[in-house]
Amino acid sequence: MFVINCPYCGERDQQEFKAGGEAHIERPKQPTELSDDEWAEYLFMRKNIKGIQYERWNHAHGCRKWFNMIRDTSNDEIKAIYKMGEKPPSI
Amino acid sequence: MGNKYSVFSLIKNALSYHENWQRAWKDPAPKKEYDAVIVGGGGHGLATAYYLAKKHNMKNIAVVEKGWIGGGNTGRNTTIIRSNYLWDASAGLYDHALKIWEGLSQELNYNVMFSQRGVMNLAHNLQDVRDLKRRTHANRLNGIDAVYLSTEEVKKFCPIINTSQDIRYPVLGGTLQRRAGTARHDAVAWGYARGADEMGVDIIQNCEVKGIKRNGDSVEGLETTKGFIKTKKIGVVAAGHSSVIANMAGIRLPLESKPLQALVSEPVKPIIDTVVMSNAVHAYVSQSDKGELVIGAGTDDYVSYTQKGSHQIVEGTLNAILELYPIFSRMRMLRQWGGIVDICPDASPILSKTSIKGLYFNCGWGTGGFKATPGSGDLFAHTIANDEPHKLNAAFNLNRFVSGDLVDEHGAAAVAH
Repeated sequence: MFVINCPYCGERDQQEFKAGGEAHIERPKQPTELSDDEWAEYLFMRKNIKGIQYERWNHAHGCRKWFNMIRDTSNDEIKAIYKMGEKPPSI
Repeated sequence: MGNKYSVFSLIKNALSYHENWQRAWKDPAPKKEYDAVIVGGGGHGLATAYYLAKKHNMKNIAVVEKGWIGGGNTGRNTTIIRSNYLWDASAGLYDHALKIWEGLSQELNYNVMFSQRGVMNLAHNLQDVRDLKRRTHANRLNGIDAVYLSTEEVKKFCPIINTSQDIRYPVLGGTLQRRAGTARHDAVAWGYARGADEMGVDIIQNCEVKGIKRNGDSVEGLETTKGFIKTKKIGVVAAGHSSVIANMAGIRLPLESKPLQALVSEPVKPIIDTVVMSNAVHAYVSQSDKGELVIGAGTDDYVSYTQKGSHQIVEGTLNAILELYPIFSRMRMLRQWGGIVDICPDASPILSKTSIKGLYFNCGWGTGGFKATPGSGDLFAHTIANDEPHKLNAAFNLNRFVSGDLVDEHGAAAVAH
């Protein structure tokens, strides 16, 4: 359990948020052109990193907005939070 | 067997004040090369090594474990064993394991304390009732014992359950698998370790894998904290850390690693002689032989390797436990912990070859791997030895995420994933 600094609402308890998994997985531009392997890669395969991971979160019980987070999954320390569409800050 | 445990060895050792028991497995330094190396010394990994040596005559093999054997999820689960899964492929896989459990103590000459005390799954709403009835029928068609119980029958089987219809999530019925139950988690790891060691398997503890050496599309060996180990076959059984090893080999897996929590109470006299699970309210409880209530909770929804988990998950589980078992209201909890579970998108495991020759993965067991330990080891050993899956684990290949032939046990598996 940790505190998350929502870019819209400020610091809130983690249980107000929903984790949305790995960030920056781009939706295929031409879905009809994709091979089965590419679909599997897009839909299912994840880096699942132990360490610094880029992920999406949703303030589900707050403003309900999505944003990105850089978090160390080995100790749950949050390194940076940035809005959707923004370039990830260097850490 | 040089070191057979029996009533006679017990008496003999009692006469020397139990000071002359021999150690159950050796503590060898790694050799330069093995025919196969298993990464991960939990129950599944040790069972894999045991069956590789026993059934496939591969004795020049090693198990490398970064900590101590059985110190990961093998020591962090709630020891529940059952095989009442919905789909045919899962039923085959889990019942194969259950059948091995039934003779495991004798086979290993090691008491794994397997106790077929039954597992009951509760229904709390109409959809639960329909799902559980459907699963009961599917189980029976697959030759797995299962019965559907009415609310009164649930109460009769486990009298301490609150079956009042006035509670937030009333008990509308349940299923019972009588062959299901529990086993002693540590004993499973230790029994397999002892058996494997006796057949010549090297069990190397405190040996962390740091890299996987590849030569093009095949494996050449492992970089470890105890030096380079050459091998042509690597079986990865690293549970929550499977993706870490996969990233070393340059492949990706469809896994997310999340903390799953459990807790135990202070020990009390026998009060619950079965295992009761409830999917809808995310709570399951049994009582250990020491008398502790063993309570399991749900997973956090974010990726984490911290082995802790969030407080509100435990709080939610205990709320449900208290409503279902008011008699526990004054129990004090002794310990709480988290284990890192590797969850597949379809909540079914992966026992599979990979695109790299000689690299095999046994992972994705998610929240329910303990029950499958013997079957998983047996089938994974077959897969490694023959470079082909056994028919019982053929459906659990990595390619199912490409073909779309998933084994969707999410929600259908009788328990929360």
